Amino acid sequence: MAIEPAVVSPATLAEAYAIAARGAHRPVAGGTDLLVQITGGIGPPPDRVLDLWRLDELRGISVRDGALELGALTTFSEIRASVACREDAPALVEAAATIGAAQIQNRGTLGGNVMNASPAGDTLPVLLALDAELVVGGETGERTIPAAAFWPAYRRTAIRPDELLVRIRLPLVADRRQRFRKVGTRRAQAISKVVIALAWRGDPGSGTWREVRVALGSVAATPIRAAAAEAALEGERPTESTAERAVAALVGELRPIDDVRSTAAYRREVAGRVLRRLVRDEGRW
Amino acid sequence: MTIAARPGRAVGAPLRREGPAKLTGTALYTDDLVFPGGWYGTTIRSTEPRARLVAIDLDPAFDWSRVAVVTADDIPGDNVVASIAADQPILVPVGGEIRHQAEPVALLAAADRETLREARLRVRLRTEALPPVFDPLASTVEFARYDLAKGDVDAGLASADLVVQGTYRVGHQEQLYIENNAMIAVPRAGGGVIVHGSLQCPYYVHKALKRGLRIGSEQAQVVQAETGGGFGGKEEYPSMIGLHAALLALRTQRPVRMIYDRHEDLAATTKRHPAIVTHRTGVMRDGRVVAQDIDLVLDGGAYTTLTPVVLSRATIHAGGPYDIPNVRIRGRAVMTNTPPNGAFRGFGAPQSEFAAETQLNRVAEAIGMSPLDVRRRNVYRLGGITPTQQVLRGGVAGEEVLERAAEASEFDRVRVRTAESRGRRSPRDRTARGIGLALAWHGAGFTGSGEAKMGSVVSVELSGDGVVRILTASTEMGQGTKTIFPQLVAAELGLPIEAVEMAPQDTALVPDSGPTVASRTAMVVGGMTIQAARRLREAVEGRTGRPFATSYRDDAADHGATRIDQAFEPYPGVGFDDATYTGDAYPAFGWAAAVAEVEVDLDTFEVAVRSIVAVDDVGRVIHPVLCEGQVEGGTLQAVGYATIEEIKLLDGRYLNDRLQTYLIPTALDAPRIETILVESPFAGVPHGAKGVGELPMDVGAPAVVAAIHDATGAWIHDLPATPERIMAALVGIDPPGPPGISTVSPRRAADGDTER
Repeated sequence: MAIEPAVVSPATLAEAYAIAARGAHRPVAGGTDLLVQITGGIGPPPDRVLDLWRLDELRGISVRDGALELGALTTFSEIRASVACREDAPALVEAAATIGAAQIQNRGTLGGNVMNASPAGDTLPVLLALDAELVVGGETGERTIPAAAFWPAYRRTAIRPDELLVRIRLPLVADRRQRFRKVGTRRAQAISKVVIALAWRGDPGSGTWREVRVALGSVAATPIRAAAAEAALEGERPTESTAERAVAALVGELRPIDDVRSTAAYRREVAGRVLRRLVRDEGRW
Repeated sequence: MTIAARPGRAVGAPLRREGPAKLTGTALYTDDLVFPGGWYGTTIRSTEPRARLVAIDLDPAFDWSRVAVVTADDIPGDNVVASIAADQPILVPVGGEIRHQAEPVALLAAADRETLREARLRVRLRTEALPPVFDPLASTVEFARYDLAKGDVDAGLASADLVVQGTYRVGHQEQLYIENNAMIAVPRAGGGVIVHGSLQCPYYVHKALKRGLRIGSEQAQVVQAETGGGFGGKEEYPSMIGLHAALLALRTQRPVRMIYDRHEDLAATTKRHPAIVTHRTGVMRDGRVVAQDIDLVLDGGAYTTLTPVVLSRATIHAGGPYDIPNVRIRGRAVMTNTPPNGAFRGFGAPQSEFAAETQLNRVAEAIGMSPLDVRRRNVYRLGGITPTQQVLRGGVAGEEVLERAAEASEFDRVRVRTAESRGRRSPRDRTARGIGLALAWHGAGFTGSGEAKMGSVVSVELSGDGVVRILTASTEMGQGTKTIFPQLVAAELGLPIEAVEMAPQDTALVPDSGPTVASRTAMVVGGMTIQAARRLREAVEGRTGRPFATSYRDDAADHGATRIDQAFEPYPGVGFDDATYTGDAYPAFGWAAAVAEVEVDLDTFEVAVRSIVAVDDVGRVIHPVLCEGQVEGGTLQAVGYATIEEIKLLDGRYLNDRLQTYLIPTALDAPRIETILVESPFAGVPHGAKGVGELPMDVGAPAVVAAIHDATGAWIHDLPATPERIMAALVGIDPPGPPGISTVSPRRAADGDTER
């Protein structure tokens, strides 16, 4: 028994900034999270909604200034269909393919996933692993927040109420490799139990890994990077003994919880086992 | 699959009667019905598992003139939802005891949803908490108990070469019909109400209205709207919702709509009963099982509902389809402070047969025998004697479905292959394949003397204007009643199916044919429909001297209408003694075998069910497409039960009461299902049908769990066999809690506010 909040749908980003500056509006992109919350009566509904859907300035995928740039309104379907994403962000393409079903992917956006700030947001570990830069804007201009600082607490973001997320930049890094794995309850339409994204630069000569990123979702109050596991892999080749050290480090540093989808014990164990598999695939042992 | 035509028999797969309307969107489900001036109704529920209701406070700052409020004081009749026992109130009265978290306490109605939403927030329940019971083994309130015995169990166990013991636990399962529960009540001009709704059993609602509203049979009218699935979930709860809508309609003297959304439907309506089953099985080295000692506990939830009947079926089926000389089965159902559990496809048998089949697979492993051979050795054959001393006199097809399933799945050959790959397994392997087998029986129709007591009636009439019409309260909910009944009557009368009409399921028009449950519709009511048609044919042919098909229109013109009311006639030679609980528990049994192949991810222990061969003996196939559809749907529902479907509870409340969190298999999770229909007819009905609805639900889960064992070496004793449970069995991490039993929040536990 939901009520419809008042909706304002600006046609330009400048107008949207002006409305955001007045405050008290809940921005909405594809609406795939907000509409479920409103119709399901989950939490208090927003009084006023700022509909961003008409803002074509927030659309488009391009390579610019050494980064893959995705407008905040880029849908998961667009990510899946993008040649640039497939080349430079294959882990993001994989993550986009695991979200909801086709209808959700047509409507749901990368920016929405970022701003919803769910610890189970499937693209967020990928953004952490790829050192994404989140460009936010307002009437006073734009600023950039690194993904590692964007989700400070459970369902919170580093954005100010008068700002909107504008685009997501994924810096292009030579020789970077990426892997992604989602563990859910069923093969589609499932919120994750554990998500893991792995990225590293492979040294063409020695085969050692540099700039290793291990990022996870659904194992903490926010999407996180696993610092100990990263340290165990940094500067190493993907051998069995390296993998075992990294898995032990990961299992030691994770503090997941029991919830309706899974247990802490399973999440910790499965994160380690998936990491071992990903390293094993690269080391071919 | 081919079904050969036989003389005098309905054959073929005509278009479903209600199919075109559903496909084109013109079918009218309850929420599609328009009643001008209608109000919206809603239910105020408890938010505590157990408490004394002290007061219902209405915020004086709110304008209540726009809202109708109904409490227990406003109930004209008995404050009871009529069922087996008179324990469940329509609304908890002030001073009364709240027994579960979703219990209805008050009703509101308003002209628009927004007013209703605001009003809901202005109602406060004042309560005094009482200590709840969540663990069925700690419950001291028993709803029912059945003890069955055959032979001498203690002697049998003592004589066995080996005794295997095991405890199996299963949790709740939600029916998840595609249409939520929904009822609309409209005041009748002459007093009383007409209730339109999504329901399986019009006369159950009718009976509940009469008692709760203290009105006569004519003043209570129940009309089934198009119903989007039931699976047992619309057997009893529609009586509650119908009463709620009716109370508000009588208060406002307007139509009132009670349309549940998915969240309310999941949170408040009945689920499959959780169960705890313990087996001790005595077996000889040659595979003969000589003794079964079985203890079964069902969690009924807060009220009796249909629990005693569910328990009876669970108990009778608990040994599985095996002729064991010494059997003792002790079944009891208890109360907990959780929402009441009720009917769901299989009705107790899936719970107890999961335990029986998994136990038998463990017995086979313990003596080094294949799961196929141990079943060949023990399965019921003609003349077998069941734990109620029933002698199986006909339609015994356990062996046939077993052999057909083994052959079609190449069970032995695949099992050799999976064993070889298990032997060669290395950490490099990502997945493991396994194959598993299960066998089940399912009593057709009501248990024991249920059918004789029900006294159902079905009518077939030839109207004065020459139309042949079936009048029955049996409902269509997607399973095919409206198609197969005209098929049966058309075959009997020699008419094309289009010439036979079905009257609407409206208690003002059709007789009480009993509820549409227990897979009884095709067998019992279908048989009565044929009998009625036969008597109609004989009456017409006696007058005209010509075949019915060429003379009925003339007969109608000359003689006027002819209506045959056919009451249920007990099947010859079928008898049951309620006092001793012995005799023919069912007029016939259906038999089912399933072979599942699974692929288990060795990193995550996610299970993909790749294929299932389902062999079901349904007596006679009436409509091959619908019949196969029933087997496929039931099999997929069993896959969900086996692998992912689980209600989790905290303080007696369902935690995953939304589709975001209660997950069932999607099309991507569905295995390839090969259906083989076997026909071993029941001689007591003219067409031989034994029903199909529940049968496939009994075998899927144990087959999948056996396949998981074949792939991984782990026996999973608790359903669902989630990756968490498989990993706990194989890797030794902490297992999840037992299925179906509520956890207690730290606050409650600290207060000592629980008897758990």
